[in-house]
Amino acid sequence: MSLFLIAALPFLGAVFPALLIRAGRNASSASAGATTFLALLGLLVNAPAVFRGEVVTARFDWLPGLGLNANFYLDGLGFLFAGLILGIGLLIILYARFYLSREDPMGQFYTYLLLFQGAMVGIVLSDNILLLLIFWELTSLSSFLLIGYWKHLPAGRQGARMALAVTGSGGLAMIAGMLILGNVVSSYDLTVILQNKELIQASPYYMPALILILLGAFTKSAQFPFHFWLPHAMAAPTPVSAYLHSATMVKAGLFLMARMWPVLAGTDAWFYIVATTGLITMVLGAVIALFKDDLKALLAFSTVSHLGLITMLLGFGTKIAAVVAVFHIINHATFKAALFMSAGIIDHETHTRDIKRLGGLRHLMPVTFVIATVAALSMAGIPPLNGFLSKEMMLEEAVHTTWLNSPYLVPGVVLIAALFSATYSFRFIAHVFLGPKRDDYPAKPHDPGVGMWLAPAILVTLVILIGLFSKAIVGPLVAVASGAVIGGGELPYYSLKIWHGFTPALYMSIVATVGAIVLLSVHGRFEQIWNAIPRPEAKVIFDAIIGGMTALSRKITEGLHNRSMARYSAIFVVFVVSLAGYAYYTGTDSVPTRIGIEPGIMPIIGWICLMGATICLVVFHHNRFVSLVLVGVVGLIISIGFNYLSAPDLALTQISVEVVTIILLLLALNFMPKETPWETTNERRFRDVIIAGISGLGVGGLIYALMMRDFAFPSISEFHLANSYKGGGGTNVVNVILVDFRGFDTFGEIIVLGIAALVIYALTEAVLGTRVRAHLLNRKPDMPQSGDAHPLMMVVVTRVMMPIALMVAAYIFFRGHNLPGGGFIAGLIAAIAFIMQYMASGFSWAAERQKVFYHGIIGSGVLIAAITGMGAWLNGKPFLTSAFGYIHWPPLEEFEWATAMGFDLGVFLAVVGAVMLALESLSRFAWQPGIASEHAMDINPARDDDEIDEKKEV
Amino acid sequence: MNHLIVAPIVLPAVLAPFIIMVLRHHLSLQRIFSVAGTVALLGIALALLGMTLNGQVYVYELGDWPAPFGIVMVLDRLSALMVLLTAMLAMAVVLYSIGSGWDNRGRHFHALLQFQLMGVCGAFLTGDAFNLFVFFEVLLIASYGLMIHGGGPRRLRAGVQYVVYNLLGSTLFLFALGTLYAVTGTLNMADLAVRVAEMSPDDTALLRVGAVLLLLVFCVKAAVLPLHFWLPTSYANAPLPVSALFAIMTKVGAYSILRIYTLVFGPDVEATAGLVGDWLLPAAMLTLAVGSIGILGTKIINRMIAFGAIASMGTLLISIALFTPTGTEAAIYYMIHSTIATALLFLVADQVRERRGIRIRSHSPMPQAGLIAGLFFVGGIAMAGMPPLSGFVGKLLVMDAARQSTDFGMIWAVILISSFITIVGFARSGSIIFWRSHDPDFIDTPEPEVEVEGTEDEHAKEPAPEPNPGVAFTAVFGLVALLVLLTVFAGPVLEFSAETAAQLYEPSIYIDAVLHGGQK
Repeated sequence: MSLFLIAALPFLGAVFPALLIRAGRNASSASAGATTFLALLGLLVNAPAVFRGEVVTARFDWLPGLGLNANFYLDGLGFLFAGLILGIGLLIILYARFYLSREDPMGQFYTYLLLFQGAMVGIVLSDNILLLLIFWELTSLSSFLLIGYWKHLPAGRQGARMALAVTGSGGLAMIAGMLILGNVVSSYDLTVILQNKELIQASPYYMPALILILLGAFTKSAQFPFHFWLPHAMAAPTPVSAYLHSATMVKAGLFLMARMWPVLAGTDAWFYIVATTGLITMVLGAVIALFKDDLKALLAFSTVSHLGLITMLLGFGTKIAAVVAVFHIINHATFKAALFMSAGIIDHETHTRDIKRLGGLRHLMPVTFVIATVAALSMAGIPPLNGFLSKEMMLEEAVHTTWLNSPYLVPGVVLIAALFSATYSFRFIAHVFLGPKRDDYPAKPHDPGVGMWLAPAILVTLVILIGLFSKAIVGPLVAVASGAVIGGGELPYYSLKIWHGFTPALYMSIVATVGAIVLLSVHGRFEQIWNAIPRPEAKVIFDAIIGGMTALSRKITEGLHNRSMARYSAIFVVFVVSLAGYAYYTGTDSVPTRIGIEPGIMPIIGWICLMGATICLVVFHHNRFVSLVLVGVVGLIISIGFNYLSAPDLALTQISVEVVTIILLLLALNFMPKETPWETTNERRFRDVIIAGISGLGVGGLIYALMMRDFAFPSISEFHLANSYKGGGGTNVVNVILVDFRGFDTFGEIIVLGIAALVIYALTEAVLGTRVRAHLLNRKPDMPQSGDAHPLMMVVVTRVMMPIALMVAAYIFFRGHNLPGGGFIAGLIAAIAFIMQYMASGFSWAAERQKVFYHGIIGSGVLIAAITGMGAWLNGKPFLTSAFGYIHWPPLEEFEWATAMGFDLGVFLAVVGAVMLALESLSRFAWQPGIASEHAMDINPARDDDEIDEKKEV
Repeated sequence: MNHLIVAPIVLPAVLAPFIIMVLRHHLSLQRIFSVAGTVALLGIALALLGMTLNGQVYVYELGDWPAPFGIVMVLDRLSALMVLLTAMLAMAVVLYSIGSGWDNRGRHFHALLQFQLMGVCGAFLTGDAFNLFVFFEVLLIASYGLMIHGGGPRRLRAGVQYVVYNLLGSTLFLFALGTLYAVTGTLNMADLAVRVAEMSPDDTALLRVGAVLLLLVFCVKAAVLPLHFWLPTSYANAPLPVSALFAIMTKVGAYSILRIYTLVFGPDVEATAGLVGDWLLPAAMLTLAVGSIGILGTKIINRMIAFGAIASMGTLLISIALFTPTGTEAAIYYMIHSTIATALLFLVADQVRERRGIRIRSHSPMPQAGLIAGLFFVGGIAMAGMPPLSGFVGKLLVMDAARQSTDFGMIWAVILISSFITIVGFARSGSIIFWRSHDPDFIDTPEPEVEVEGTEDEHAKEPAPEPNPGVAFTAVFGLVALLVLLTVFAGPVLEFSAETAAQLYEPSIYIDAVLHGGQK
């Protein structure tokens, strides 16, 4: 079967359990089992080739640009691991079917499990280290889901998060390490990397790559000081613990070290980092395990210890040690999975995992007793079980290892570890199964059904068989897997058998076993001492770190983003000014090419007015009315300035914009407090003055520098001047630019205006939909109101002015193309004409006489502009291409027409609509039901008010 | 001349006023037209992308005026890709807003959305710096309208900050354009490129000021530290589908940086040497760091994702700031990913909000918890750059591209540590939101109110959505599908990105097309 399919099968199959759970728990588990079985079958099909020493490959170019390709290969090591993953996976699926209760969502469980299985198979089959990274992180994620499977347990959530944080961060470090490695070799393919030992070890990047990759491996395989997550991961259901946290996932780190062994091992750095870490982990795990009362915690620390053992063997860097490591991986997987399952059975039947509450179970649960005892003896290293074989070989290697010139250190520490290891194994048997029968079990224990004990029984059978007939059963497998680890070349001499003669290892074993029995007999006292010693609790430290990180993040985030607009803009201004200043001073400035103009008397007066108004604005800005007046002054002077500097179009636009804005602002001010509060301190104000001053001077300086120089190249405006009449059909170049040369900009801008009005409208609607409305209705005016809201004089004058103003607007509109004016200004003037009616007679009165809705006017304006633009398409020209010509209608003079006129009409309508919609929206704040007067003015000499009053009374 | 080039702008620009004029009282008709318009936009975008595959740069001269005197739209690989991305995102957002009933919680949603699309597409297509300003204005004002859609005091307050801060940016934009025009006498991008390259080395100070001011404008849009302050509060308080749409807005900034600082002030331009990448790279790293810290440090889902958006902009800008073809190639891939992932998370967050409010704390169980949790998990994986989704590929690409930089150790460290913080942050919030709610023993003690933004009640009070979750979930799953496709077809997408990057670093093609009438 193709390697693609083997790797993909668990992922594809992951869908089925979740779906088939509706057809029952058997269907769900059967689908998971079938998937795994198929994948296992696919793997076994490739077995003959692997045992012939061939490497099966499957390649697919996924992301050649990066070097991330879906390349898989299967050699001895991959075969061993894939076999373990799928084989034990099958047993776990069987076991879990009977372990999980009815309340547990089983479909989810199998789905997560298969996802994990796929990720794991992916790791061991990857021929591309980036692909391997993907699967690597996937195992972290799926293990997160599996540990947190029992959502109701806080321990599950915390354990899941801890496992993800630790193994995930290790994975991140590994990303860096793998990228460095790939960079050194210029390929991300493992097969290539594995052939470049010299290149890698000679590279200056060897050390960083080694450390980063080992960080990944150590976190995953729970090596000291990252071992603490594994016991907390035991909050997961027991099948998960048995599968992920003893037999497979935690071995991914070992796999990686074994995989990389040919290129990374063999240096001093490798030896001292890996072997030492393994040694420490091994002894630490063994010691802690002895004092754990929770069965799963005991097994978890024993797993940590055994992982340390294998790490240490790989760290020795000798070929024979690598062989032993491979052998122990197989043995540990078999007995430890069986032990976990036994622990799960005990938990399931007695409802406790606390050793202190157990004991004497051998009579009640004979089958479990046999299974667990055999597995535990194997763990203790008792012949003729498989654990004994690999432990002997390990001790043999330890005896030959010198650590910093000391030949006794490693064997000594290893002996201690072996002693404790045997002790906790015996304790597992003695304190759970032996001893008197108790009558205070939380539940009445009895052996489970065959479904639950079958899987561990199979494993235990293997434990015995491998112990007795190791060469026949696992000999070839160890040979091909070790061959792959040491990367070709001759396998060293080794012998998988029970009796090696009277060797130092045998003596050490005997010492450990005898010592263990002694130690166990004094366990109670020993435990008191242990509990009395203060120990750093990894979870507390970890929680403190993460908690501290979270608190610090919160502090930074909230401190930085305190939602103060003043601070945000201060940072903005300071940052912009300093970068602009930096840019200026690191460049070269040319000499000014222009000379300044002598100011006349008028500009100086204007300047003084402008400055005076601005300064007053700063001083009096708390009074909103005054500041509005001052803003008006500033705007007026700028308009005059435009006019003085020969820009009549700009002057006209500016002044009409000023008028409209001030009116709208006045209207808005009606609903607001007339003064702004004083909320800044003097220091703050001083700081802000400095910042504002510097930025103002900066802008002034920039403008000065720009005005004192000429264009470095001829400006494009010369083209506009030259082509305004010829190509645009107008003599007013400003208008032609607006509606023709750059009509698209104008198109955008009228849309901006239209949107602004729509937003004001939508905003009003939103605000009036809330309780603000009631507040407004009951509003007491904070200023004395005029008794005559709609004075006679004003009504009359505005009525008279209306047609005149509209006439002016029309005039400005039509002359726009050739003389100052145009749709924009005309629109503003027309809007002012309408606004005057609203002001004179009130919003309600005017609104009643309104025939067209302003939304429609805005929409039509934009549409007319767009349609005019699209008209050019009919002509085969681009959007907004204008055409013009001359028409002679007999009584009239010959006059010019231009399609730009249509565009300008759109501008006109959009402007009128936008201004009026804004006005209408703001007015609605003041609107109250029934305030519409039927009279245009409050006092009308032509009307006899008494008569009306009488009518009303009648 | 192919009118299709201007269609992504004209279509929404006509559709929106039509909706306002004719359909403003008919929500169901608005929906139909809005969806139809977006589908058409998607079709147009696909056709445009197809046109660019042969490597040509197309120019559309508005008003038939030749560049640099008139305004031109320029279609190349990058702009076509961005328009397509916009259209895909818009499709999801429109469907989601309809399905969740968000479009009914205020006025003019569809019209404003179409205007927003017009602004975004215009910014991607224009070849004129001033026209870019106009489209920035269009998208700013439309986005403000969308942001405060539905109202509520907290949203309105956040809206004021948003619009004021961005108006500061707009003012700066005008200063920048004024400076550049006063120095070079042109505003057409291609023409600017030519003139800047010919600029005398004795006269660079003002040009440099213009270049840096313009860059700062784009940095405001792209939320680069320390100019990002507008983003967290406004994204967190906007209606969530709108926040999802805003995922493209920060990309407008990133796009503009990519465009202007390869075309006009490219890495080879001496006049602006040492101005762009030198500080953008550290700023981008800071952005990533602060973004990921924010993910961990906030108690509100919306805000967390807003910081996620900042973090992903950081990663994106690191890649852009390298200003190498491989860096840009990675950036383009990552840009697609980041847009979709951010939008997805915002939409999922809206589903969470509807069910249990926006605070990250335990709560009674919510309906459809499994589905929502799964989607949140997917979104979190994408945002944190974990496998198997495109975020991981993107992160690898960015890191791989950074290898050539002298600061690669620093860049890698920042990316990896930020990833770690992001993972911890998402694991924390996800397990609290989706797992802790199942804890029967957990006593719901209200957390102290550190947020000054008021309470979640305002959000909870929003009218119940119309029961059409099918449409909403279609949008969400559509985004998930896009992420999956982006991962599976990473090879071809990356190939396209590489070609796009190559086109960007060969500005003469663009300049020739615009100024010498290459392809019309």
